[in-house]
Amino acid sequence: MADPEFFGNIKNEIKNDHVNAEKALQDVADQFIKIFENMTDNHYMQERAGDIRDVCKRVMAHLLGVKLPNPALINEKVVIVAHDLTPSDTAQLDRKYVKGFITDIGGRTSHSAIMSRTLEIPAVVGSNSATTEIKDGQEIVLDGIAGEALVDPSETEVSEYLKKADDFAKQKAEWKRLKTAASVTADGQKVIIGANIGTPKDVKGANDNGAEAVGLFRSEFLYMDSSELPTEDEQFEAYKQAVEGMNGKQVVVRTMDIGGDKELSYLPLPKEMNPFLGFRAIRISLKRQDIFRTQLRALLRASHYGKLAIMFPMIATVKEFKAAKAIYEEERAKLIKAGVSVADDIEVGMMMEIPAAAMIADKLAKYSDFFSIGTNDLIQYSMAADRGNERVSYLYQPYNPSLLRLIKKVIDSSHAEGKWTGMCGEMAGDQVAVPLLLGLGLDEFSMSATSILKTRSLMKKLDTAQMKQLAAKAVTDCETTEEVVELVKKVVKY
Amino acid sequence: MEKKNFHIIAETGIHARPATLLVQAASKYNSDITLTFNDKSVNLKSIMGVMSLGVGQNADVTITADGEDETDALAAISDAMKKEGLAE
Repeated sequence: MADPEFFGNIKNEIKNDHVNAEKALQDVADQFIKIFENMTDNHYMQERAGDIRDVCKRVMAHLLGVKLPNPALINEKVVIVAHDLTPSDTAQLDRKYVKGFITDIGGRTSHSAIMSRTLEIPAVVGSNSATTEIKDGQEIVLDGIAGEALVDPSETEVSEYLKKADDFAKQKAEWKRLKTAASVTADGQKVIIGANIGTPKDVKGANDNGAEAVGLFRSEFLYMDSSELPTEDEQFEAYKQAVEGMNGKQVVVRTMDIGGDKELSYLPLPKEMNPFLGFRAIRISLKRQDIFRTQLRALLRASHYGKLAIMFPMIATVKEFKAAKAIYEEERAKLIKAGVSVADDIEVGMMMEIPAAAMIADKLAKYSDFFSIGTNDLIQYSMAADRGNERVSYLYQPYNPSLLRLIKKVIDSSHAEGKWTGMCGEMAGDQVAVPLLLGLGLDEFSMSATSILKTRSLMKKLDTAQMKQLAAKAVTDCETTEEVVELVKKVVKY
Repeated sequence: MEKKNFHIIAETGIHARPATLLVQAASKYNSDITLTFNDKSVNLKSIMGVMSLGVGQNADVTITADGEDETDALAAISDAMKKEGLAE
């Protein structure tokens, strides 16, 4: 606002054209917004138009004497009702006051839903019409478990829900007791339950919830939260912090998964018709080896400080895996020659998220130390259904026999080569999927930290032999998702 | 009045961070300082002005300083340019 060009133009317009401050502000802001929006060759500059719009909106609110809602300024207990919540909105939510939120758009994998689980704030997303139906000041009962919101509830309803909330809190307290326990089935078989994390800061949440590993450390934050490519040292510090924080428990870091819906302002990529089927993840890493090698060196150096594993995202072919692994071996050899300490037990594996890769899992298992099944992408690619498209969301069917067959093939192939398979999608913590996955022989379940204790508690009730039979039946006999769900609910005593 | 031409070599041109540093350098001086690119001139003490020019790689720009401390101002700005890797 102290900017002489911006402020000067506004003053001039008021003086020369005799308009009021609101109009002058709008005119000048519009001019700048247009200039920045027209910089079509520079995506970063184009986005600055949004910043000007944001600032202009705030100043305008002051000029007009109206109040803009600001999530950071909330100081009473509220339920937020919004069209959508952006990452920056959710980052500002104060858990002391924000008791829940309801959005018009979004689904179970949308940003707002993931944040709700991470922050442990009850939420209903994708309500379609919350903002038009609910008015400011109305009393709301929000049931994040059922995904329902009650406007202006009766007294009986309120007391019913208070009891529900109380029961849930008790259940959570029981889960807390499982924090330090190992994950074992009813018949004593051990599995690993890990956490998915996005930044080294999330390690605390993983430990607080009793994670036995980090099954997925998304390295994208290093690239997304920066205005230029992160340096080797910056990355090294982040990886080191994560492996040290996990104290000897394995941390699986996924190499850069940019592209698809994740763009970088400083790494402009041509617009694509089908970004999810386009130039992303390992496909970029193999072309832009400068970026890839920097990341691998940082990872190798960090391996000295704990138990680190590396996996490549979006591998479709044996050739791709071999190429990525060869680059890894080159960087490893160079570092060792330079006298840098590198762990000698780093496992190098791959994400299983492309059906073509799953079909040749037996071949890939010869080269990959482990597989990690990324269910969101595996489902979207298998069903040919965009996971962000509400109209085809009915095809998001994790329990469909087709998916279970793919998963079985992947797990069996890894075991045949003496390797292991993990799963790091939302499905790994899903209460219907867990019995099936255990029956299919999954070794590691990695999920949002807040789902770990619930899953560990469920695991204690499951008998491996019985789940094997259940999974076999689902894979060979069932025709539809509904049949699978019915079968699981009949066998498993939750 | 002092004048100097620069050839921008930085891959991303004058984007937010270097623009801020140039504006900070210019704002320390009393002289009127302008940045000219493609026949358009803006106040170099204005971050929005500088960014609105959209100066990319390989652009030729002119910086003009007019005032009692014009020589010092231009020297400081040249330094900032070099330090940021914007121009040689």
